[in-house]
Amino acid sequence: MGQLVERTAGVGAGLATEDMILNIGPQHPSTHGVLRLRLVLDGERIVSAEPIVGYMHRGAEKLFEVRDYRQIIMLANRHDWLSAFCNELGVVLAAERMLGMELPVRASWARTMLAELNRVLNHLMFLGSYPLELGAITPIFYAFREREDLQKVMEEISGGRMHFMFNRVGGLKDDLPAGWLDRARRTIHAVRGRLADIENLIHGNEIFRARTEGVGVLTTEQIAAYGLSGPIARAGGVDFDLRRDEPYLAYGELGDVLRVVTRKAGDCFSRFDCLLEQTRVSLDLAEACADRLAALPQGPINLRLPKVLKVPEGETYAWTENPLGINGYYLVSRGEKTPWRLKLRSASFNNIQVLGELLPGHLVADMVAILGSMFFVVGDIDK
Amino acid sequence: MPQFPDAVSNQNMTNWFLGSFDTHIPWWFILVVIKAVAAFAILVVLTLFNIWYERRVVSFMQMRIGPNRVGPQGLLQSLADGVKLALKEDIVPTNADKPVFWIAPLLSAIPAFLAIAVIPWGPAVSIFGHWTTLQLVDLPVGVLYVLAISSIGIYGIVLAGWSSGSTYPLLGALRSSAQMISYEVAMGLSFAGVFLYAGTMSPSGIVNAQQHGWYFYMLPLSAIIYIIAMVGETNRAPFDLPEAEGELVGGFHTEYSSLKFALFFLAEYINLVTVSALAVTMFFGGWRAPVPISLWSGANSGWYPMLWFMIKLLIFVFVFIWLRGTLPRLRYDQFMAFGWKVLIPVSVLWLLVVALFRQLRNAGDLDRAHAVPIGIGIAAVFLLLVVALEVRERNQIRRTPPPTVPDYEPLAGGFPVPPMPGQSAPAVPRRPQFARTAAAPAPALNGTTAEEASTR
Repeated sequence: MGQLVERTAGVGAGLATEDMILNIGPQHPSTHGVLRLRLVLDGERIVSAEPIVGYMHRGAEKLFEVRDYRQIIMLANRHDWLSAFCNELGVVLAAERMLGMELPVRASWARTMLAELNRVLNHLMFLGSYPLELGAITPIFYAFREREDLQKVMEEISGGRMHFMFNRVGGLKDDLPAGWLDRARRTIHAVRGRLADIENLIHGNEIFRARTEGVGVLTTEQIAAYGLSGPIARAGGVDFDLRRDEPYLAYGELGDVLRVVTRKAGDCFSRFDCLLEQTRVSLDLAEACADRLAALPQGPINLRLPKVLKVPEGETYAWTENPLGINGYYLVSRGEKTPWRLKLRSASFNNIQVLGELLPGHLVADMVAILGSMFFVVGDIDK
Repeated sequence: MPQFPDAVSNQNMTNWFLGSFDTHIPWWFILVVIKAVAAFAILVVLTLFNIWYERRVVSFMQMRIGPNRVGPQGLLQSLADGVKLALKEDIVPTNADKPVFWIAPLLSAIPAFLAIAVIPWGPAVSIFGHWTTLQLVDLPVGVLYVLAISSIGIYGIVLAGWSSGSTYPLLGALRSSAQMISYEVAMGLSFAGVFLYAGTMSPSGIVNAQQHGWYFYMLPLSAIIYIIAMVGETNRAPFDLPEAEGELVGGFHTEYSSLKFALFFLAEYINLVTVSALAVTMFFGGWRAPVPISLWSGANSGWYPMLWFMIKLLIFVFVFIWLRGTLPRLRYDQFMAFGWKVLIPVSVLWLLVVALFRQLRNAGDLDRAHAVPIGIGIAAVFLLLVVALEVRERNQIRRTPPPTVPDYEPLAGGFPVPPMPGQSAPAVPRRPQFARTAAAPAPALNGTTAEEASTR
């Protein structure tokens, strides 16, 4: 094995042992892309772990600086490809705040609904892929059936299945198609009903429980110290959700539907459990939005914008509760048609940093369980 | 010079066939050759079939269609895949130990074929007018032979992992060596009960001994332990740790490609058939017809038993597929703990019970008056054991004191913190939505307020 072996001191009079260095990734099925982990192993036990990020760095922040605000939306929805709509949201919220725009009511409710549907899409992906990583090959197909149905709804409204590009500064691209709300509501009903299939398949499974319970426990101190957010943080008992604590869009009026799902244990199972429950809450929220949208009087869904959109000088920080955690944009404008700087705080990048502290002491098989339960998208890490 | 027969009949064909050899070849030899070739052919065809079977059944479970293009219902898909695999480039890593890297797949595949030799596929049948049993060789220690041969197959996997000169295969090999050794123990112990009942280790003898009752209900625990152990033995889900797609990316065969990989694949599916065949033979009456059919007197003679055997075999293969479609993978240490701390002790205890009953019956002491209290006694001990373990576990849970939670301080340590578990934050007053743009107060964890920021 040559240079791959790192020698450590022999153990007293016993056999000399050597730690093995194992590179997980950049191409590895459990990293969903190109995350690389450099593990030092003692047998199958992890001695130290170092996440090496950046294989998919696309320079999003630098590219933001040479795009106008309409183009930025397209770029911004790429980094976390599983929550495109929510990514767009942060950018337009920041721009609207700087421009002092007041959003049409219908736009705000429609955005909320689409953001929640997008959250369901995102969560379904992980509800399927996590069992897959633990060796259960069936739930992902059930998850994808639901995703397919929801994607049809999203496709009908936006034309996109992943990168919706439906947000505009000042509202949405188009009004909702006629009859769309009913179709969306039917789909939401169907998905909610069939969510039990996934739950029955995997949630109570003894092997699944044994693989995930008590594995990869994150303490609240660690969560605070590493700035973790989203379902991962809430599964560790951190009761923090921007939708409730810093309400944007129409979330402030959804207080009775919006339950912030928290779990205490902070292990892999509670993360999965949290995600599953959160999916239900999101479906409820989307349905509540649909009800409200149907009740609202007709009106505009966007604002007319000037040909050249210039954001006044200043700075602001717009953060949203994305499916994977807090996604923030720090927008600095010098009054140009492009931002001077648009700093992106992505959820996965922060969430993944804790791996170096979380993994040591676990087995290689646990590494897979933990990695899968950290719910990250590599594009969101590498930006 | 052999001459072509005038009429094509079975007898003539045989005569011509035999006449082509000048010396007298004994019939038993010809039959053995025929049976060996047939066993080989059946295994290869079954492998192709099982791959298709697995893919179709799993597809059905996952709301997919599965292979349905090549051949009727996609039946020839595995053949096409096999041909494609054989034509692929064969890559040998530079770090590999080349001779061992070459030998390993052979060492894995050949024993897989050999093990089937002692499995009885049916009773005596007539082949070309000669009576013979549908079994290649009836060894008096046939079952031990299967265990021994399958242990050799493990060498293939271990050496493959070791010789690849790469980390993932090495881990896979380590896992498989430990896994197979420990599950072979449980497997052997589960057989011991059958040996005690049948009084023989020969597979055909065991099938004969099941004339009046199959062992799966006479020895239920042995059957369950064997079925669990056989899944472990074949590296199939949920015990597919040496391969573990999600962790070890294929495990021991990560570095293999082309025909060498195909050999491992072949070996896996043949092992699947072998252990299933062994399960059928040991616990499910072998080639004997199941109950409603066995009422028909001709069910257990002629070629029919082979059909029953095949049906039972395919049911077992279905169980394998079902498991794969349903269960997640166990963790390595949990799996080993399950083997050593559950399966093996239970096997040993069960073996003691079986031996006790056997001895009592042999000594003629086992009448109803004795059997019932003994049975009740054993059940009571089992129950007590289970209750004691459960109580111990609950006590442990109760003994851990509930954590004390300090009161919630919003600014503990000088910066805003969210509430810890058990604490609750004071309700955040709702603000009207338009306040966002103009006069929003500072976001909780952010340095500057939105207002400051936008006017700066």
